[in-house]
Amino acid sequence: MPSIAVWKFTSCDGCQLTLLDCEDELLPLTEHVRIAHFLEVTSVSEPGPYDISIVEGSVSTPEEAERIRWIREQSAVLVVVGACATSGGIQALRNFADVDEFRSIVYARPEHIATLGTSTPISAHVRVDLELRGCPIDKGQLLEVLTALLAGRKPDLPDTSVCTDCKRRGLTCVLVAHGTACLGPVTHAGCGALCPAVDRGCYGCFGPMNQPNVPALVPLLKRTGMGDDELQLVFRTFNANAEWS
Amino acid sequence: MTNRVLDLGGLDALIGVLREDGRVVVGPVLRDNAITLAELESAADLPGGWGVETGPGHYRVRRRADTAVFGHSAGPQSWKRFLHPPRRTLVTSDGNGFRAAPDPAPDYAFLGVRPCDLAAIAKLRQVIGGRKPFVVAAQCTEPGEVCFCASMGCGPAAGPGYDIALTERIDEQGQRFLATGGTDEGAAVLDRVPARRATPEDTALAEQDVQAAARTMGRAMPELDLRDLLAANRDSAHWEAVAERCLTCGNCTMVCPTCFCVSVEDHTDLDGTAERAQRWASCFEIDFSYLHGGAVRTSPAARYRQWMTHKLGTWHDQFGTSGCVGCGRCIAWCPAGIDITEEAAALTREHGGEQR
Repeated sequence: MPSIAVWKFTSCDGCQLTLLDCEDELLPLTEHVRIAHFLEVTSVSEPGPYDISIVEGSVSTPEEAERIRWIREQSAVLVVVGACATSGGIQALRNFADVDEFRSIVYARPEHIATLGTSTPISAHVRVDLELRGCPIDKGQLLEVLTALLAGRKPDLPDTSVCTDCKRRGLTCVLVAHGTACLGPVTHAGCGALCPAVDRGCYGCFGPMNQPNVPALVPLLKRTGMGDDELQLVFRTFNANAEWS
Repeated sequence: MTNRVLDLGGLDALIGVLREDGRVVVGPVLRDNAITLAELESAADLPGGWGVETGPGHYRVRRRADTAVFGHSAGPQSWKRFLHPPRRTLVTSDGNGFRAAPDPAPDYAFLGVRPCDLAAIAKLRQVIGGRKPFVVAAQCTEPGEVCFCASMGCGPAAGPGYDIALTERIDEQGQRFLATGGTDEGAAVLDRVPARRATPEDTALAEQDVQAAARTMGRAMPELDLRDLLAANRDSAHWEAVAERCLTCGNCTMVCPTCFCVSVEDHTDLDGTAERAQRWASCFEIDFSYLHGGAVRTSPAARYRQWMTHKLGTWHDQFGTSGCVGCGRCIAWCPAGIDITEEAAALTREHGGEQR
């Protein structure tokens, strides 16, 4: 039975929880894989090597930069999950600021804090086999990757716009029909157009699609009433460090 | 065939008769601040008194001064959703061999089909086949700002293919629908609906309204051989100019009533079952042109050119007709408001096409 290990880096644990949220599929899954390391589930930790490693979180400390190299060496397939692991996450906002300065303000004894000046995706450190976007990831996409790996087929993970999912779902475009700001036309598909389905604009938690045309979207967002400050904020959320353009 | 005149009660009876015969009646409804398509139970489900205001990258529903039920132009959805669903299972497997999945489509009656969409249904069915739906067309008397069916030869009068064509009129004599049977089946259905015989005046007024609509189209496609224009302009610098504005989001192809491309996906489950399905794909997706080793149309310019050239040009080579019906959806639902008639006009201006 293939072994699976779930690893946490700098993150909120929400993406790991997505695996636990697979309630109906969790027990059948344990008949196909052996959970070798998954601290949210069990304190038992088996030594490597591992057939599949699922990595959540970004690299933001010197210790993490070392640990990811060890995990890569121990893993046949490395799957990175979530906005933190794929782009650096919210904590990548530090990449635009002076870490020493705010560390000295936040912590009473800043000398005890060992942190890097940047928060970076796993792919900046080691070779990654598959990535799942999102904050958090989509449960269906996670199961798609696991069932694909178990069957030895290529997972179906389109890198196009959220609009393709939105239109297939039969939703009315909130940008065109309601004048609601929406990042769907530049955002990576995979969520199933979750936010437009509840009458909200996409806020880009899946990060940029393949070749996004952000300069073409900016004037459309401005037409909905967004100013330059808001525009900067909306692209500096979950995937601040990602290459939007 | 004798023309009839139905009032709103007659239209309601028509829906009732179609449902009685076991058909799923689909028509326009007001939903999510748009006029979309959904199953109708009665004429009360129709968007009476609602119209639309459209423009490039713009769509708003608005209250009308009257109670017209067909007083709107093309909305975010087309009949493609029902004839060619966004996702459809093709083959399933329980681990021991494969089974073709049954086609779950019910016996549809489409009500309120615009002449542009009537033409689109014919073009789509030419490609995908399938059972012919029962069609109650609604002739167009009030085109929208992004409409250009007249210049595509697809409206505002209903062409062939309908079972019944309705023309709505509201005046001092009230709200009524001139009904024309287009097939024996349509005429038989009309016979079961309470209606009066149409007078020559009823018919003349309806013709006059539809003819007037042809003169109020919001847009027009340039009058020249579009197939030649596009074939001659493969290397035009204009494609790069469009690409600057194009989001490559794929909305135009998804809302297009004739864009039929699909991608095939395989799924395997933990219990040993598997499924192969098709889903709407778009030529704006980079993976759409993925061949061994990589995608062949990676630039946005190449992808826009592919879509427009196929739609207006090579569709003729493939199917003997244009792929465009002039419904204007790609203009309204493009977030960036890229206008296919304007891009065709720009190519014509830059390269001086022969006027027809």
